[in-house]
Amino acid sequence: MTVSDLTVAQPPTPSPDEEPFRLLGTTPPDPGLWPRLYRALVRGRRFNTQATALTRQGRLAVYPSSTGQEACQVAAGLALGPRDWLFPSYRDTLAAVTRGLDPVAVLGLLRGDWHTGYDPRAARVAPLCTPLATQLPHAVGLAHAARLRGDDVAVLGLVGDGGTSEGDFHEALNFAAVWRAPVVFLVQNNGWAISVPLAKQTAAPSIAHKAVGYGMPGRLVDGNDAPAVHHVLTEALRRARSGGGPTLVEALTYRIDAHTNADDATRYRDEAEVAAWRARDPLARLEQELRRHGLLTDAAEAEARADAERLAATLREALGRDPELAPGDLFAHVYAAPTPHLREQAAAFAAGTGVAGTSAAGTGVTGTGHGRAGAGAGS
Amino acid sequence: MARALNRALRDALADDPDVHLLGEDIGALGGVFRVTDGLTAEFGEDRCTDTPLAEAGILGTATGMAMYGLRPVVEMQFDAFAYPAFEQLVSHVSRMRNRTRGALPLPLTVRVPYGGGIGGVEHHSDSSETYYMATPGLHVVTPATVADAYGLLRQAIASDDPVIFLEPKRLYWSKGELAPGGGAVEPFGRAVVRRAGADATLITYGPALPVCLEAAEAARARGLDVGVLDLRTLVPFDDETVCAEVRRTGRAVVVHEAAGFAGPGAEIAARVSERCFHHLRAPVLRVTGLDIPYPPPLLEHHHLPDAARVLDAVARLQWDLV
Ligand SMILES: Cc1ncc(C[n+]2csc(CCOP(=O)(O)OP(=O)(O)O)c2C)c(N)n1
Repeated sequence: MTVSDLTVAQPPTPSPDEEPFRLLGTTPPDPGLWPRLYRALVRGRRFNTQATALTRQGRLAVYPSSTGQEACQVAAGLALGPRDWLFPSYRDTLAAVTRGLDPVAVLGLLRGDWHTGYDPRAARVAPLCTPLATQLPHAVGLAHAARLRGDDVAVLGLVGDGGTSEGDFHEALNFAAVWRAPVVFLVQNNGWAISVPLAKQTAAPSIAHKAVGYGMPGRLVDGNDAPAVHHVLTEALRRARSGGGPTLVEALTYRIDAHTNADDATRYRDEAEVAAWRARDPLARLEQELRRHGLLTDAAEAEARADAERLAATLREALGRDPELAPGDLFAHVYAAPTPHLREQAAAFAAGTGVAGTSAAGTGVTGTGHGRAGAGAGS
Repeated sequence: MARALNRALRDALADDPDVHLLGEDIGALGGVFRVTDGLTAEFGEDRCTDTPLAEAGILGTATGMAMYGLRPVVEMQFDAFAYPAFEQLVSHVSRMRNRTRGALPLPLTVRVPYGGGIGGVEHHSDSSETYYMATPGLHVVTPATVADAYGLLRQAIASDDPVIFLEPKRLYWSKGELAPGGGAVEPFGRAVVRRAGADATLITYGPALPVCLEAAEAARARGLDVGVLDLRTLVPFDDETVCAEVRRTGRAVVVHEAAGFAGPGAEIAARVSERCFHHLRAPVLRVTGLDIPYPPPLLEHHHLPDAARVLDAVARLQWDLV
C-alpha cells in the first residue's frame, strides 16, 4: 500500500490496498545489498541470543530482545547515510550496532553502568530512549536544525506500535510535516505493547494511515522482509534529504520473545500466534531467497556465522567482567560547573563523612555485580 | 504488599460501582507488578481497562470521568512515565476543586510505583514526591507496610480529592499481616511511631522505613535509643505527631530517597525547626538521595540512603552536648 496517494478529500476511513510492500519472492535479489543484509541479520540474531543469555547470568540489568524484528533493525542501520542520525528506543540496540556503534557500548544502558555508553554526536545515534516516543520530537528538531544549517542530513526516528499512542508521537509528526523536516519515522509494529494488542492501541486501519492526517506520505511494509524495509527507508530518507519532507513508515513484524527477560508473555498471548510468526522468520526467509538465486553458498553462510560468533564472544568477554566504576563519577556531568551544594556533597561523599543529603562511603570501588532485590520489571 | 494493594482494589471495585481502574497492561497481564492481577477477569474490561499507551490521555480521560462522578483509579507504570501526565495533574487535577469554587471536586487516585533499589534501568527508579508535594491540591500518600498499603489505598479511593498514591517498588515483595476482612481503612494525616526511642527520632516514609528500622536497631547496639516515625502521608503532614516526638527526643534526622536539595526533608526540617526550636539539641539533619539524576543500577546503592549513612547522621547529632 501507499497511503501517499490518499488525499484529505477521501472518505474518513480510507480504503487503500492494504497489502504491505514486499520484495522477497517478487524481485530478483540485489547481489550488492541482500547478502549484506543477510550477514547483518545473522549477527543481529546472535546479538539478541547472547544478550538474553547475559541477562540470565545477571550481566545485564534487563534486555528487550528484538528477535523476530531483526529485519527492521538491520534495514534501519544500513539505510542511513554516514551523516544521517538515528533516534532509537530501548529495543533498538541492533539498529545502533548495525549503524556501526560499538556493540558493548550500546549495551551500557542495559548493563547498568551508565545510561549512555557512547558519544551520540560521534556515533550520530541519540541515546537509547526509554520513555516512549519522547525521542521523536528531538529527531524532528535535529532534522530541522540540520536543514537550517544547510547540511545534507536526514534523520530516522524509531518507535513501537504502542509508542504511537503517546502525545509526543503526534506532536513530532505534526511538526515534521509543517516544517517539512528531513525525518523518517519507522514504526515497528510488532503487534504488542507489552500485553496490549494493537487493536486496543488504535482504531485506525493501519498506523501508516495516520500519516494522511498530518500531511505526509505513509508506507506500509512487510517488516520481516529486510530488503523491502531497506528499500522503503532508503527511498524515504532520500526524499527527506532532497527537501521532500517526512515519511511515516509502518513495518509489520512480530516480537518473538517476551517484552523483556522480566516479562511473562504466556499471560497474554497464544503460542499459536507466535508459531505462525516463527514461520515468517526474517532470517530464514532471506536465506532461502538468497539460496534460491545462488547468492548464498555454504561457505558464505559459515563465514556469516563465524562473524556472528566473534561478536558473541566479544560481548561475553567484555560483559563477563565487572565494569570499573568510580563512585565519585556520580557527581560528574550533572552541570558544566558543579553548584556549590553539589561540590560540598561530592567532597563529603569522597571523604566518607556526612553533610546534608549524604554521608556515604569511599571511592574507587569497582562494580559489585548485579545484586537485585526483586524481579525488576524493566520496561 | 502487592497482594494487599490488589486486595484493596478488589474490595473497592466490589463496594462501589463507580470505581474504575485505568492503565497500561493492567488487564490480562495484571500490571507489570501484578497489582491488578485478576481484576479484569473478575470485574470486566469496563471496570479494569487496558488503555492506549498515553499517560496524558489516561489521566486526562480519568479527569473527565471523575467530573461525571466516577472514581477512577489510574496506574502509572513507573515513576518517570507519569511525567507525560504532568500537564493534566498540575493544570487541572490539582486545582479543579479550587478553580470551580468547590463545584467540581475530583475523586481520583493516581497510583505510582516509585523509587529505586530494584536494579531498574534509567527512568525506572525516580522518587518524584517532591513535585507532587509542591503542587497544592493533591494528597500525597505512601505506605511502607502491608497493612497500610491496604488501609491507605482504601482511603485514597474513598477520598473526595485527588490522591497521588506512591507505592515503594522495592517493598512490593515485602511480607506482612493482612486482616481476614482486608483491614482497617487508614485516615490520612496520621504519622505512626514504628519504634519508640528516647534519644533521637528518625523521620521517614515509604521505602526508607526498613532502612531506618535497621539503623535504629544498630544504634541500640551502640547504646543509643533511636525511634522511628513513619509519616505515611506527606500531604497532609502530621505536624502534631512529628513535633511531639521531636520535642521528646530533641534530635531528628529526616531520611528519604528523593534528592536532598529542595526535597521533602527541607520542608520537614523547616517545620520542625519552626515548631520545636527550643526543644532541639541539634540541627535537624537529612539523609537523602544524592543531588544527581538517578544513577544507573550498578551505582544506585551509593545514591540510596542505607543504614550506615543513617547511623552516620545519628552520630553527628551533637551528642557531646548531652
Ligand atoms: C512514557 C512511557 N510509558 C510507559 C512505559 C513503559 N513501557 C515500556 S515498553 C512499553 C510497551 C511499548 O510497546 P511498543 O511501543 O509497541 O514497543 P515494543 O516494546 O513492542 O517494541 C511500556 C508500556 C515507557 N517506557 N514510557
